Amino acid sequence: MTEERPAGGRILPFAAVFAGVLIAWYAGAVLLNAPQAKAMLPAGHAGLWVLARASWTMQRPELPAPQQILFTLGHSVFANPLTSPRNFLYHMAVTAKETLAGLLLGLILGIAVAAGIIRWRTLDRSLMPWVIASQTVPILAIAPMVVVVLGNLGITGLFPKAAIAGYLCFFPITVAMVSGLRAADPLALDLMRTYSAGNAQVFRLLRWPASLGFLFPSLRVAVALAVVGAIVAELPTGAVAGLGARLLAGSYYGQTIDMWVALVLSSLLAVLGLAGVRLIERLVIARRGGRL
Amino acid sequence: MRRRAAASALPVLAIAAGLAARALLGHAPASLFLLFVLVTLAATAGALFALAGGTSLAERLASPLLFGLLVLWAWEMLVLGLKVSPVLLPAPSAVAVAFADHYRTLAADFRLTYLHSVVIGYAIGCCLGFAVAIAIDRSPFLKRGLGPFASLMSAMPIVAVAPIMIMWFGFGWPSKAAVVVLMTFFPMLVSTTAGLAEAGAMEHELMQSYAAGYSATLIKLRLPAALPLIFTALKLNSTLALIGAVVAEFFGTPIGGMGFRIATEAARMDLGVVWATITVAALAGSISFGLIALLERAMTFWHPSFRAPAGS
Repeated sequence: MTEERPAGGRILPFAAVFAGVLIAWYAGAVLLNAPQAKAMLPAGHAGLWVLARASWTMQRPELPAPQQILFTLGHSVFANPLTSPRNFLYHMAVTAKETLAGLLLGLILGIAVAAGIIRWRTLDRSLMPWVIASQTVPILAIAPMVVVVLGNLGITGLFPKAAIAGYLCFFPITVAMVSGLRAADPLALDLMRTYSAGNAQVFRLLRWPASLGFLFPSLRVAVALAVVGAIVAELPTGAVAGLGARLLAGSYYGQTIDMWVALVLSSLLAVLGLAGVRLIERLVIARRGGRL
Repeated sequence: MRRRAAASALPVLAIAAGLAARALLGHAPASLFLLFVLVTLAATAGALFALAGGTSLAERLASPLLFGLLVLWAWEMLVLGLKVSPVLLPAPSAVAVAFADHYRTLAADFRLTYLHSVVIGYAIGCCLGFAVAIAIDRSPFLKRGLGPFASLMSAMPIVAVAPIMIMWFGFGWPSKAAVVVLMTFFPMLVSTTAGLAEAGAMEHELMQSYAAGYSATLIKLRLPAALPLIFTALKLNSTLALIGAVVAEFFGTPIGGMGFRIATEAARMDLGVVWATITVAALAGSISFGLIALLERAMTFWHPSFRAPAGS
């Protein structure tokens, strides 16, 4: 996993793009909020700077300015205890827990199904096409139904959301693991046969290590999917806790800034998840002497 | 020879026994019914094993089809046999009935969600991503700055912007199309940028020896070389677009659309319609994916993944 470093570094171009986005954001906020701001300002005060200042500090803007989002986030984090639903970190923790549980579920299921497909040719022939075809189906569409049905069965709380997140990330993991478990060196497989190694031994000593190079890229996809799954699964539960619930509540009551805070935090969650996967990948590579 | 005979006879036997068991469910004595169930299971298992060694196209297609039928059949028998409440899980036959009963509603939902939000959003998002990738192609500085930004954005839960888009563009289909544009833009940008770097040094030198300029190299060499990656993004986006439109409708929509139908009918416990809508979504997703895959085959026939000998 070596990446070539282009001359001139990465920080400067990224900083330039970031600055461009910020400028566009502030300009967009003025553009979108100006009609509302104009109505609020007394007539005659229509200087451009006054208008801009007013559109960056509105209560319910069409597009809040970045510092408003940061301020609301900071206020909710520092003015409330961590267990209070008014603290955004509380909602982020709820969604993070669902994401993590779903990821674990998807990982276990995905690896189990992939191992079965590798082991039995019949399963490969009959099940694998459905696994691939199911990638083209908008699985998220059934999320609210699953939540409602599980709710009818009396199952609420963490599990329904984790089930949807897990179901979403199950497919990329399965597909990658099927390729990965097949990626073992044929010569090494022959060697194992000359040692008269059993199926379990071949799996543990040869196929599993060979598949790790496929597992981590699929995990990165799976993390992003699991976050989406957890957020969408929170929508139909009557908006109790979690970033998705917060987003829906914000959209019902027109609290634009709250919606953006939830949005920023859900992006942060995805980025943190990606960083976590990368960290584990580094640790595994380090343990195995710099190779994957 | 025996395997071939088994492979062609057993599926027929399995389907016949399965249909008989379904017909007998609740009418016949338990022993006769169980016999048919056992015959179905045994015949299907035997057929799947017999088909596993086959190499012809029919045998390759028969395996997954038979497996799918088995799943549908088991679903139907378990739901009806155990008298599972239709509020939890409707039988496939009930879904089929709901499909036939609500044909018009489903068609109207499909028109609103798929032909407006999805197709328009998909077209705009993919074209924009492609155009931006071409536009920043000549500036390594912009490419290096936008690259990490774009890959970051494609990992983000973009469906979460749906309520904001609804605020900006109203409750109608344009807000859903906007979510689809955002969802499809970044994968396309990332893939096209990566694809434009695909052409090898040898080919570049050949173009240089022909004194080909930037645009000739782009059109004759780099865009064709980028096609496999562009098609990967197009295929991925066809699914993402449908998901984006359906999920955006969960946040609020006028009185129609597939996401709206799923959310409201699930809340009203009418799961037959929900499953019928999901079937429509699955069919639409698979068919559009298949069409793009066919187009890919026609346009990138030279690519090694399609030239590989059959069966490898």
